[in-house]
Amino acid sequence: MDSKEIIARRIAAELKNGDVVNLGIGLPTMVGNYLPKGVTIYLQSENGFIGLAPVKEVDPDLVNAGGQPVGIIPGGSIFDSCTSFMLIRGGHVDATVLGGLQVDGHGNLANWMVPGKMIPGMGGAMDLVSGAKKVIIGMEHTSKDGESKILVSCDLPLTGKGVVNMIVTELAVMRVIPEGLVLDETAPGVTAADVIAKTKAKLIVNPNLTTMKGLAN
Amino acid sequence: MEKVISIEQALEKVKDGMTIMVGGFLGVGNPLTLVDALVKKGVRDLTLIANDTARPELGIGKLVVNKQLKKAMVSHIGTNPETGRQMIAGELNVDLIPQGTLAERIRCGGAGLGGFLTPTGVGTIVEEGKQRLVLNGKSYLLELPLRAEVALLSAHKADKFGNLVFRRSTRNFNPVMAFAADVVIVEAKQIVEIGEIDPDEVMVTGVVVDWIVQGKGGKA
Repeated sequence: MDSKEIIARRIAAELKNGDVVNLGIGLPTMVGNYLPKGVTIYLQSENGFIGLAPVKEVDPDLVNAGGQPVGIIPGGSIFDSCTSFMLIRGGHVDATVLGGLQVDGHGNLANWMVPGKMIPGMGGAMDLVSGAKKVIIGMEHTSKDGESKILVSCDLPLTGKGVVNMIVTELAVMRVIPEGLVLDETAPGVTAADVIAKTKAKLIVNPNLTTMKGLAN
Repeated sequence: MEKVISIEQALEKVKDGMTIMVGGFLGVGNPLTLVDALVKKGVRDLTLIANDTARPELGIGKLVVNKQLKKAMVSHIGTNPETGRQMIAGELNVDLIPQGTLAERIRCGGAGLGGFLTPTGVGTIVEEGKQRLVLNGKSYLLELPLRAEVALLSAHKADKFGNLVFRRSTRNFNPVMAFAADVVIVEAKQIVEIGEIDPDEVMVTGVVVDWIVQGKGGKA
């Protein structure tokens, strides 16, 4: 199992039957592939619908928020952008799963720009993190250079301040509380000390630390 | 009043220096026939209000490549590298706006509202230059309405009065923009007689639509 699959499987295990969920582009999209048996979720797409499904027959009028052709489930619904963000900001989306460039011990998230290098724009991410009931960040623990992406304080421009609830990496599951980050789970074969060594933010180790859930189904 | 006009007649209403709103999301729901004609005509110094700048070869992305914009007010430019290049080179002023805030600012512009309070962007660079209000212990930014001189929209079906029906995810920003511009021009794939769309099926009332043109349909 590679890093991305570990992250996607663990996040899938976090979702509950009936949840309305918005998955970001890239790794978060993989979460839909690993839902536990008996769990049905309703995927919301910022461009205006609920019931996003794998594409069966390409319809140029039906794309996801990344512009890729998708399908829609029976019982799905289409709406305009204002309604889409009423759902998002109004607390009608149970969870959003997004990638991250940096997350810090205060629950701050940076994932929309690197000054001077990459400025794609925030799209719907700032609204999602301010309105979804649960904000789950799925990302690799370190950058390609091996630097921790979980910092004492983000230095890239923020997407949201104090908005993250949960961070899932290929090494660990962390929960954001007012006092900082709680290390709740580690991946098989990974110790708390391993995670602490690769994390710049201070981690509070849960006395009931467990092995990462959801990888076996 | 006859609302159905030619593409040429529609384009006469878009002049250099105007602020335009264009419906669509990554090109899907862009009025492709109108935009292509606008590119061909070469109207310049436009301020564009739209969700994104699509892709270089698609829809409103072509307006960027053809250097017809002086300013873009959008939520996303990542799929059109030319927008980023022009922004960094100082050739194009790009105002990046969170997508939900953009939609709601347009709604306010069309709904006679003076603005709204949103938690989106609090504590980020989006807050710069804006008023923050704390109500019941929660922080909000005051966001102001947006309007345009012309809106260029696309619909799946329009009757000759301008009642509109959209299909699938082409709907996106099109309905809200229909309320927020002085002149609203809709490109429809199908134009039908008045009465052929059941009132219950109408998604945007024709009273806000000024002009209708026949679109080519499909991707351009």
